[in-house]
Amino acid sequence: MADSVNQDASYEEEHVHSVYEQIASHFSSTRYKPWPIVERFLTELPDGAVGADVGCGNGKYLGVNTKVFIVGSDRSSNLIKIAKQHHPHSAIVADNLSLPHPPSSFDFAISIAVIHHLSTPARRVEAVKAILTLLRPPTRDRAGSGGKALIYVWALEQKDSRRGWDEGHEQDVMVPWVMKGKKEKSQKPTKGVRQTAEEMVREEPAKPTEDKTFLRYYHLYKKGELENDVIEAGGKVMESGYEKDNWWAIVGNKV
Amino acid sequence: MKLLTLNFLTCAIKSCKSTPASFPLHPRDAELEIVEADLNILFLKNILPRLMWDELRVIGSELGLPELPSTPPTREDLVEPSTTAIAAPTSDGTRDAGEEEEEEIPTQTAKDLHRVLLETCIKEGKLVCGNCGHEYKVLEGVANFLLPGHLV
Repeated sequence: MADSVNQDASYEEEHVHSVYEQIASHFSSTRYKPWPIVERFLTELPDGAVGADVGCGNGKYLGVNTKVFIVGSDRSSNLIKIAKQHHPHSAIVADNLSLPHPPSSFDFAISIAVIHHLSTPARRVEAVKAILTLLRPPTRDRAGSGGKALIYVWALEQKDSRRGWDEGHEQDVMVPWVMKGKKEKSQKPTKGVRQTAEEMVREEPAKPTEDKTFLRYYHLYKKGELENDVIEAGGKVMESGYEKDNWWAIVGNKV
Repeated sequence: MKLLTLNFLTCAIKSCKSTPASFPLHPRDAELEIVEADLNILFLKNILPRLMWDELRVIGSELGLPELPSTPPTREDLVEPSTTAIAAPTSDGTRDAGEEEEEEIPTQTAKDLHRVLLETCIKEGKLVCGNCGHEYKVLEGVANFLLPGHLV
């Protein structure tokens, strides 16, 4: 058991964590526009609410609401170097299955495009459980009074997207991330990460460099699967839906 | 990493989280830096009820910072009392809330609290769990809570 857990973790280390660490700067330069449902969730929070952004990446959601306090966390220290600039929030390097927060201490949490990177059903349920553990439990007399979390995952059903996956397709896939070698993009990458910056900057412009492709592991969720994971993790689904190639759910703890 | 963060951090090891000794984490060999930030009274007021004051006092003293008062400030302690009186009402005698917010002048207490929680940052050093003794490194202002395989 311990061995297989270590295997799953090292699989993710190779096919998720190390990829993000290498593509951090380029990835970050493409991640600036908040998704509407996430933005709504964050702006509707009461002033002074305290929460966690589990797998915050470059921190693009840390800028949405400065009247709340968010501790963002991510496995990639290169992404956290970018995320930490968002005042008044904080950013730390942590694993979403071993979060360093006191249990039941947050009013809210978000985990956007994160748990689909875990490579087994058990680990995905554990990731949901880890988020639920962060939330303030509801009080006995008021069912909806506890902390709530918004979870977003990539959907299998996205036949109109660039990727074109749909019902019945393989759910565990490797998705390429291409860093252009030769062409300088007009859009400047966020500065600050050395190794990626070096890959982007051409020292000898005459000599063309090849595109570099990184493969990231994803589990694509089918309809109802996220809700099932939440229930299996012991949580309650308060609201859920589909938005632009993704399944999402707002979840909380049972009374 | 700003000190306010420590109010929401404990040991990443599962068996530690439920033990009182794991909170707060204790800074060790810490190099501090001041990162200036705009003071937001409303933010301070809102965060007040969330602060684990006694634990923050412990952290402050471990870092050699000026001693924090024995009891946490109240919301009223953060705003100069004169400000609301000075604020001129509009012709119909009402003021909207947003306007009033802008007029609030922070007290020295608010400035001190802002300084400690949001501007005082751990740049380099370690955070140590009081239960298991595990040390988490802080490098370039970022605390790293990744655990070695045998502790997961």
